[in-house]
Amino acid sequence: MSLLEITDLSMSICGLEILKRVSLNVGPGEIVAVTGESGSGKSMTALAVMQLLPDLARCCGAVRLDGTDLLAATEPELCAIRGRSVGMVFQEPTTALNPVRTIGDQVAETVLVHGAMRPEQARERARDVLDRVGLPADRFAMSRYPHELSGGQRQRVVIAMAIALQPKMLIADEPTTALDVTTQAQILDLLKGLVADYGMGLLMITHDLAVVADMADRIVVMRNGEVVESGATRDLLAGMRHPYTRMLFEASDHQVALPEPPAPQPLLQVRGAVRDYRLPRTKLFADPGHFRAVDDVSFALNRGERLGLVGESGCGKSTLTRAILGLEPVQSGQILLDGEPVFSGRRPNLSVRRKMQVVFQDPFGSFNPRHRVDRLITEPFHLLDTPPKGAARRDAIAAALSAVGLKPGDATRYIHEFSGGQRQRIAIARALIVRPELILFDEAVSALDVSVRARILDLLAELCRTYDLTYLFISHDLSVVRSVTDRVLVMQAGRIVEQGETRAVFDAPKHPYTRSLIAAAPRLPDLASLRRTPDHV
Amino acid sequence: MLRYSIKRLMSLAISLAVASLVIFLVIEVAPGDPASYMLGINAQPDTVAALRAELGLDVSRPVRYLAWVGGMLSGDFGTSYTYRTPVAGMIGDRLWVSLPLALLALMLSTLIAFPAGIYAAARRGRPGDVSVMGATQLGIAVPNFWFAMMLVLIFAVDLRWFRAGGFAGWDKGFWVAMHSLTLPAISLALPQAAILTRVMRSALLDILGEDFMRTARAKGLSRRQTLWRHGVRNALIPVLTIIGLQFSFLLAGSIIIEQVFNLPGLGRLVFQSISSRDLIVVESVVMLLVFAVIVVNFLVDLAYAAVDPRLRART
Amino acid sequence: MTRSLILGAVLSSLVVLAALTSFVWTPYDHAAMNIPDKLQPPGAAHWFGTDHFGRDLFSMIMVGARTSIAVALVAVGIGMGLGVPLGLMAAARKGGWIDEVIMRGNDLVFAFPSLVIAILITAVLGAGAVNAIIAIGIFNIPVFARITRGAALSLWEREFILAARVAGKSDARISAEHILPNVTNLLIVQGTIQFSLGILAEAGLSYVGLGAQPPTPSWGRMLADAQTMVSFAPHLALIPGLAIIVTVLGLNLMGDGLRDWLDPRLRVARA
Repeated sequence: MSLLEITDLSMSICGLEILKRVSLNVGPGEIVAVTGESGSGKSMTALAVMQLLPDLARCCGAVRLDGTDLLAATEPELCAIRGRSVGMVFQEPTTALNPVRTIGDQVAETVLVHGAMRPEQARERARDVLDRVGLPADRFAMSRYPHELSGGQRQRVVIAMAIALQPKMLIADEPTTALDVTTQAQILDLLKGLVADYGMGLLMITHDLAVVADMADRIVVMRNGEVVESGATRDLLAGMRHPYTRMLFEASDHQVALPEPPAPQPLLQVRGAVRDYRLPRTKLFADPGHFRAVDDVSFALNRGERLGLVGESGCGKSTLTRAILGLEPVQSGQILLDGEPVFSGRRPNLSVRRKMQVVFQDPFGSFNPRHRVDRLITEPFHLLDTPPKGAARRDAIAAALSAVGLKPGDATRYIHEFSGGQRQRIAIARALIVRPELILFDEAVSALDVSVRARILDLLAELCRTYDLTYLFISHDLSVVRSVTDRVLVMQAGRIVEQGETRAVFDAPKHPYTRSLIAAAPRLPDLASLRRTPDHV
Repeated sequence: MLRYSIKRLMSLAISLAVASLVIFLVIEVAPGDPASYMLGINAQPDTVAALRAELGLDVSRPVRYLAWVGGMLSGDFGTSYTYRTPVAGMIGDRLWVSLPLALLALMLSTLIAFPAGIYAAARRGRPGDVSVMGATQLGIAVPNFWFAMMLVLIFAVDLRWFRAGGFAGWDKGFWVAMHSLTLPAISLALPQAAILTRVMRSALLDILGEDFMRTARAKGLSRRQTLWRHGVRNALIPVLTIIGLQFSFLLAGSIIIEQVFNLPGLGRLVFQSISSRDLIVVESVVMLLVFAVIVVNFLVDLAYAAVDPRLRART
Repeated sequence: MTRSLILGAVLSSLVVLAALTSFVWTPYDHAAMNIPDKLQPPGAAHWFGTDHFGRDLFSMIMVGARTSIAVALVAVGIGMGLGVPLGLMAAARKGGWIDEVIMRGNDLVFAFPSLVIAILITAVLGAGAVNAIIAIGIFNIPVFARITRGAALSLWEREFILAARVAGKSDARISAEHILPNVTNLLIVQGTIQFSLGILAEAGLSYVGLGAQPPTPSWGRMLADAQTMVSFAPHLALIPGLAIIVTVLGLNLMGDGLRDWLDPRLRVARA
């Protein structure tokens, strides 16, 4: 019989329907993944099991854990169940721990709050669990505070808290979304190991289909609060009866066709760039240490070329981006665009600046909420000596908006009237409007849902054909970089450790770091081969 | 932790030095020569000169500044122009009224604000919260000296539980002295308690939205347990800031309340000194008040580090 | 939540209306003494009663509102006029020496409670409404500088500011074009709060004789005059006190209401 049984669960907040008759089961030792795009209700399903929904949420249907109906349970009963029978792991490890209490206290608290053991025993248990999740006593004393740990280590502490009493059921809500790929692989391994050791049921919420295909025994696909398709992983992947499921998987592995780049002719040259940051002093009068964010980086970007830059968080790619944009100086080395230095002190050199533009990650933070679209996308006109006025300005706005698939009439609207994908289109329009030689895409599709991302990548390929675009595509997402670049740089700890033709680097990585990155990145199974060899017949 | 304290201590010393310079310069530009003021308009020029020499006013400004600061460091605040007695002694006597009054008020306001703020945050949006918030709105709007007058009207004039003013003195016994500080302390404390309650509530509500509060709930803690074990300590940081600020307001604010209750504190001393242009007393009292503010801020900084391990590690 | 905004706006505008009306009309001449009518309790002839000189309290309250509002308003003006540019400058040069100097200067002013500033100013320049304005105004500068800097710092991290920098705009231009409009709401709310604090501070300073001097009517001084008579004419203390409470309460309610109303997060929730 099932451990967790969700039957016809509907939920609404102030009359707005969030979940519509959701049903799913999780058995002991089974991993069930719930997937879907933002707004699909997958996280709300997880919170409904924990009964940690927003105050105004109203549920109907049934959520049975080991036979107990959680929707009918009183709050004290639920408190006794949470942490003891069902544990939960959250998405953001940097904020999921109380910053002012030690990790030992926080793990032991799970045991103590249920009165399961005396305090000394609880601390022993906390120690054991921390060892189990890969935080050994010699390096991770119980007296350490969360801020002393990395993101992956904090996520291990959160997992330790969730499993301290060996609950029958574990819920993980996007447990690796905030982590780097190599850390993600380790955390996923840990979760798999825990399920196997303890025979727990794991309900995992994730938007990442590669992770889903890799981890789950069964998959539940959700859209707009409804389950559109569910089934055993192999069957579901081989069958894909619902068109939405098919679209989702195709969009996740979206490939675009780029035109051939022209003959090499250097546009951007980075030679021996070094960028140091001063660290806070460790001793009062000692020389403060330095942190080398960018360490002797050299590369060239040719006209018409699409170059990728991949690396994990903290590898220095953001610092390098700012240096290329001429927003920050480099301590040594040179960054030249078309033969001229990009950094010119406090007063920007407009003739260099107008040759490049940037598209940022956050579709919500990239625009001043108080300006209209026409004013937003014409901001780079400031770089021109004679910015177009009147009809010429209107034409330029209309042309830029049309180029990214929006209507010229959108110019008079405010940014909050647009969706995330549309905002990213507006950001691209803003970059295109001065016809720059080079565009930097700084994690420009990382915050988007897969279906939206696929359409933006299509737009990119189309612009490459019409505008002979040259760009530097900075991302942590290997599959995207693989699809939209000709050449790729791999960055680790401030250095470029490998560079070459994208296909060559991905197919036969030379540097061990590149190899570990590619190995750690979860990959979608080859759907065609799955379909060819259905083993369930 | 030690490094943190030393660094704070250094910035404390710099603030004090700059503050003393500012005060000295402001008093220096004050019109009117104390010596001529003391001797009246008919004084002979040579008598004035002699008095100036006696008061130490005949040397250059930098020398006078250094002498003033040096004197304060060794506990000598100079001699009052009017009373010809050491300023240190005058301030010392008055401090025994003003300081206990400020501390008593701070204690009262904290004792009221903590439970009230936690109560309101725990019952957010419900009648309990709404009435606490209504009361604090009113508390903030009431001027403390007017509140003091009303307290006198009710508890001294009508009910005769307290004296309308004056200070019994510590030599009459601790409780007798405290008795005469009770109404002043309440009138100082209540408006401050209203502010602190609101700060406590909003700090807690901010914390309630944090991810780690949800993590705690997922461990099986009830709402109440989460609030007490994870909320209150995190909320202390903004609350400590306000407590630090309030202490300086209370010390300075007691100047007004001392007028209402006719208490022989620092405030009375300042007003008497201003009207008799006894500027050396004004200068010293102001310096003392500023010193208190800066030292309290230093203590608050240390308290931060005790509450928040992230600060202990940094710098 | 707009309830508190409406209530606050009604209370505040009542007081402002009284102050404005007093320029053209008051029931009696606020300075006219009429000894036979002294110490009248509130009634039909004198709505708020009369004081020990037989002056009409209602007229005095109306004219006193003028003083309170003028002092507090100018003090907020000084605080905003100097504090906001300083805060913007400090944020634009975060970590630089300008930032350091501005913030240390702020700390220094914060070390002098407004009353202490008033005492110093009085010691130098003598008591008066103008000096009360200066004292409260000086104290307001670091308040606005700090709040502007804090909000501006988080805006400087946002990507739309980076985009403006990529477009080659200077820090001053970015501050004016992108930062200032996005901190306006915050400044309006803080301005309301400082306005109400200014009214309280003016009353306190006048009460101890450091504020407006006779014959300028002021609520604080009315309270000081009432002190000796409070036992047999309590209305003399009650009415100016209530006037202060109504004004401050109105402004605070309006500030709270504005904060909720202007908060974009809450606006999204309402929409």
